[in-house]
Amino acid sequence: MELPFALAIGVLVAGAVYMLLARDLPRMLVGFVLLGTAANLLILLAGRVGGMTPPLVAAGMAAPGADAANPLPQALILTAIVIGFGLAAFALMLIVKARAVLGTVRPDEMAAAEPRAGAVSSPPTPPRALPPPRREAA
Amino acid sequence: MQALLAAPLLVPLATACLAALFWGRAAAQRAIGMAGSLVLLAVAALLLREVAAGGRIVGQMGGWPAPFGITLVVDAFAAIMLLITGVMAVSVSLYAMASGARERDRAGFQPLLHSLLLGVCGAFVTGDLFNLYVWFEVMLIASFGLLVLERTPAQIDGGLRYVMLNLVGTTFFLMAVGLIYGLAGTLNLADLARLAPGIANQGALAAAGMLLLVAFGAKAAVFPLFNWLPAAYHTASVPVAAIFAALLTKVGVYAIIRVWTLLFAHDVAFFGPVLGAVAVATMVVGVLGAAAHHDVMRILSFHIISQIGYMLVGVALMTPLAIAGSVFYILHHIIVKANLFLLAGAIRREGGSFALARLGGLWVGAPLLGLLFLVPALSLAGLPPLSGFWAKLMVIRGSIEAGANLVAAAALLVGLLTLYSMVKIWNEAFWKPAPEGAALPAPAMGERAASYAPIVALAGITLAIGLWTEPFARLSLVVAGGLLDREGYIAAVLAPGATHLAGVVP
Repeated sequence: MELPFALAIGVLVAGAVYMLLARDLPRMLVGFVLLGTAANLLILLAGRVGGMTPPLVAAGMAAPGADAANPLPQALILTAIVIGFGLAAFALMLIVKARAVLGTVRPDEMAAAEPRAGAVSSPPTPPRALPPPRREAA
Repeated sequence: MQALLAAPLLVPLATACLAALFWGRAAAQRAIGMAGSLVLLAVAALLLREVAAGGRIVGQMGGWPAPFGITLVVDAFAAIMLLITGVMAVSVSLYAMASGARERDRAGFQPLLHSLLLGVCGAFVTGDLFNLYVWFEVMLIASFGLLVLERTPAQIDGGLRYVMLNLVGTTFFLMAVGLIYGLAGTLNLADLARLAPGIANQGALAAAGMLLLVAFGAKAAVFPLFNWLPAAYHTASVPVAAIFAALLTKVGVYAIIRVWTLLFAHDVAFFGPVLGAVAVATMVVGVLGAAAHHDVMRILSFHIISQIGYMLVGVALMTPLAIAGSVFYILHHIIVKANLFLLAGAIRREGGSFALARLGGLWVGAPLLGLLFLVPALSLAGLPPLSGFWAKLMVIRGSIEAGANLVAAAALLVGLLTLYSMVKIWNEAFWKPAPEGAALPAPAMGERAASYAPIVALAGITLAIGLWTEPFARLSLVVAGGLLDREGYIAAVLAPGATHLAGVVP
């Protein structure tokens, strides 16, 4: 059971690295989501895959049965999924905002925070063929 | 006692929630934020009074016994960090009442600031590795919001760099947590400290340790993971930059010190040289970056990186004096650095810019500002009798006594270069004649008072640490003793029947 898990984690990390190396923010975000999935599988595997029954204590017993699954990794993963989802949602909104304000989602075309040497600090060129950025609700 | 132990978490949480309830009313939010900061400072002072002589306050949350539930531990190190967090919270809350307060508070500055403080305090008091991850995330998401508060193009650009690197860094943290759980079967720091020397596969543990080092190092902005910091910090508004400079990187340093003294203290032979090399490289690269820049905020950002190197010397050498030096350095640095960022804001208000080329003549127009600038600037460079001198003295003496002469030499050289870039700011902003057309309308009296009060108070603390060094140095030695006393930490947390225990454990 461990080999398929290990292979799946390897494939996910490889895909994540490939996406993170792209010079394109939405792709990098997909890379982050893949990396998070790999980390979650890693925690599941680290908690020993094997037990297949729910870790519930039967009536009259003091401990779950010998075949019970390990509940701790599942609790950890659940927490990590929630956090990862929140972070990904925030990052996605930031990328959407960047597209509206900076007119690009490619990090090497962004120079607002760190102007290139010799470049005049002028406002970025307005986006082509993009809808005008909506006003923020006051 | 149990309530006091949880108070550093409950106070910022309650403040953030309350401030969010008053979303549309900026003045009410400011008052709530200020009150929350003051209560946090008081709570931290009470906690420090309990543990200042050594010992730990331990509490098992939810009544679950130690390795199973979440443990909160406040020892002298955590209490000092909480106290200084309280000082920073009050200073920044006060400074944030000056210019730009309305716009900031409308964008949600107060709830975000106190959520950030919640994450920072949580990271300081937790005794559980996964819980530390959760607090890191709380801190991270709040810092994302704070960084892009005004949504200028520069902030969005800088924010993206910061967000992307931190997303990957925290995922590494999560992976390290998974690997360590697989090796040890527990995530309680005390339980891990007990089990770590006996783990058969030490190579795998060291690999997980390296992953942790990458995750914490990215947070602390050590070499070679520092690029996001100078790209992002200078875009933030001044109060945000000050609280980031004071606390965020230091949480990374705190996590490194805490985890390495507990989990990897038996493996100094491997991690000592790694951390030592990282510390020296961080010092040197940071100060060189600062020397090359001509923008006040950027110079200060690079100096944060440079100073992080000094704080890692202790954990690289693992001797009591070196660790005490690191702790003293953190104490001194948080005060000085936040003050310098607040001063940068005041410089811009008086001179109209952060760029050195466009500044000048401030010594004529604002001599008080010049004097106030000299205190933290010369302290950062390590001139006696200011706090930075004693901090550097302890770190350098610790490294010489441990035989790490290269580290000591680097620390001295970097101090000299720090002086160079501080003098650069002084010469350009204060001393040279004002450039044409730089005159600004003088800020209103009330605004000036709100922005100068925290600067004066923090400069006073710097002077106090410099002139009455003895109690601070003694406290640092107590902290170092507590950090090196692994058995004491383990015994305090895993004491039998400690379910509802929340007393001071000697």
